[in-house]
Amino acid sequence: MSRIEACFTAMKAEGRKAIVPYVTGGDSNPRVTVPLMHALVEAGADVIELGVPFSDPMADGPVIQLACERALEHGTSLTDVLAMVAEFREQDQTTPVVLMGYLNPIEVMGYEAFAKNAKASGVDGVLVVDMPPIESAGLMAAMKAESLDIIFLIAPTTSPARRKAICEQGSGYLYYVSVKGVTGSKALNVDEVGAYISDMRQDTDLPICVGFGIRDGQSAAAVSKVSDGAIVGSVLVNQIAELANTPEKIPAAVAGIVKEMRQAIDA
Amino acid sequence: MPTTDNTQVQLPDENGHFGQFGGRFVSETLMGALEELEEVYRKLSNDPDFQEEFDKDLAHYVGRPSPLYFAERLTDKVGGAKIYLKREDLNHTGAHKVNNTIGQALLAKFMGKPRVIAETGAGQHGVASATVAARLGLECKVYMGEEDVRRQALNVYRMKLLGAEVIPVTSGTKTLKDAMNEAMRDWVTNVDNTFYIIGTAAGPHPYPMLVRDFQCVIGRETKQQCMNQIGRLPDAVVACVGGGSNAIGMFHPFIEDESVRMIGVEAGGHGVETGEHAAPLSDGRPGVLHGMRTYLMEDDNGQIIGTHSVSAGLDYPGVGPEHSYLKDINRAEYVAINDDEALEAFRTLTQVEGIMPALESAHAVAYAMKMAKEMSPDQVIVVNLSGRGDKDILTVAELDGIEM
Repeated sequence: MSRIEACFTAMKAEGRKAIVPYVTGGDSNPRVTVPLMHALVEAGADVIELGVPFSDPMADGPVIQLACERALEHGTSLTDVLAMVAEFREQDQTTPVVLMGYLNPIEVMGYEAFAKNAKASGVDGVLVVDMPPIESAGLMAAMKAESLDIIFLIAPTTSPARRKAICEQGSGYLYYVSVKGVTGSKALNVDEVGAYISDMRQDTDLPICVGFGIRDGQSAAAVSKVSDGAIVGSVLVNQIAELANTPEKIPAAVAGIVKEMRQAIDA
Repeated sequence: MPTTDNTQVQLPDENGHFGQFGGRFVSETLMGALEELEEVYRKLSNDPDFQEEFDKDLAHYVGRPSPLYFAERLTDKVGGAKIYLKREDLNHTGAHKVNNTIGQALLAKFMGKPRVIAETGAGQHGVASATVAARLGLECKVYMGEEDVRRQALNVYRMKLLGAEVIPVTSGTKTLKDAMNEAMRDWVTNVDNTFYIIGTAAGPHPYPMLVRDFQCVIGRETKQQCMNQIGRLPDAVVACVGGGSNAIGMFHPFIEDESVRMIGVEAGGHGVETGEHAAPLSDGRPGVLHGMRTYLMEDDNGQIIGTHSVSAGLDYPGVGPEHSYLKDINRAEYVAINDDEALEAFRTLTQVEGIMPALESAHAVAYAMKMAKEMSPDQVIVVNLSGRGDKDILTVAELDGIEM
């Protein structure tokens, strides 16, 4: 059983919902990332989505674009992010780590090399924002060969036919984008999200996590009631941005936000 | 548009691929909008009413056909092949861009979208978008890199006069690629009421196809005009390539005419060997950006690198996927012209023909002048003069050390 599957199976048995924090690798400084990941786990994170910085993060809002720029100022590459995961794994062998980013850095490394390196570093899955299932055959084969998951996005604008196809091809979990927009968008409508997700359950048995627009304990708790977990990114990255010049304060501050969400979800 | 003169050229395939290039590499959040656009376009491109309205607008609003002009004095000065200019600079708004914005604005109208957005580099596409938006009464927002806002102040004010809102983009390199990122973000957020008018034959499927189709009027007219004026096809067609819409519009109708060389001229900036240029086909490699697989300028880690060109309209690290395909199958040749050479061609054409080209188009003129020298006087080169140079006067003055 993969780490991701084990994680969601255990949570289901315990009746818990996941909290999935996103941070960009190398933001605001490459030395911060691994301590930050450990602090997130301690605060109650179930899965970590670790962003691979890209110069042109087209589907993200300004908050994550700036995070990428900060990480790239330090030259953080895909290879560096893989090394961060490997370092994280020295102390944590159980928390699933999913890399989230854009296709071009993976293309340059090569699909097979990427899958092998990811496996060797202790990565569990990858979410490539700009690689829809129809363009994913090559990477999919390479990832499957290493028993790694590919996580796909599903949006409110996804047609029923596409949704079915995505549910069939995805593994690990599905990432439901709660609003029309980019990361860090306006508040989501929990009733709409809930209705969409119950529809989606007819197409899949995979866990469904919800992201975009979750900014506090209340919204995290609301979303977790209608899904299997809440993905939270921009609000954490904003905190990193505020502390960019005092990176030693980042792990505790960001973990504090996650902890509050964890408590709200569990309450 | 149905390319009746090219019935065998059926690329892209149904998934938007030109060989290994093109495709639809976007977030799921955009897939629905692109599927809808593709469906509407496939239907309308075979709809006689839509075609008739498009053709009517090209004739009576844009002023087509644009002339094919024999540049006799330039030819004499250079010596060698005869140089003809396809005068896209004489279109309404002063560039080829309007052929495409007319087409896409009609799509917006047929789809009932009251709001259009656009990205722009030199501002020509922004102006062309603001123009058609004004004419159709659509709300228009134009994203433009902060650096380009500075370089192209005249076009910025033009867009404002036309009623568009110009948003300076401060992320990344503050140029065209970043403007495109911002426009995509706007589109994702406002997809219900917004049509995204992409300015070049690039981006996710179906944009490279539909922009090409709208621009193919350039090559079709050129073919006909060559038959009328010289009784045969030209020996070569030459066009500048940033994203590559004027070039693909010129090239596509000639793809099966193998006697016609097709030459795309990229921005060599300070020189391809310096790395400071915008010539991905000359010095890049295939990768994925802005929804397509194509030749890109990138570093060893797959990050997109900054570009340089004296012309804002060519300052883009990627290129339309059909050009990548034409390069790989060796049907078209791609070369680079440096800033200095383009500026010299700008002056030469202005002085000997009284035609002031856009700095973008001056790259094509410069290469045609190089080529012509090596060719015989009975041979013919057609240069796509994609835009006029009024917008660049301040840039040239600044280089001359003159304050306006």
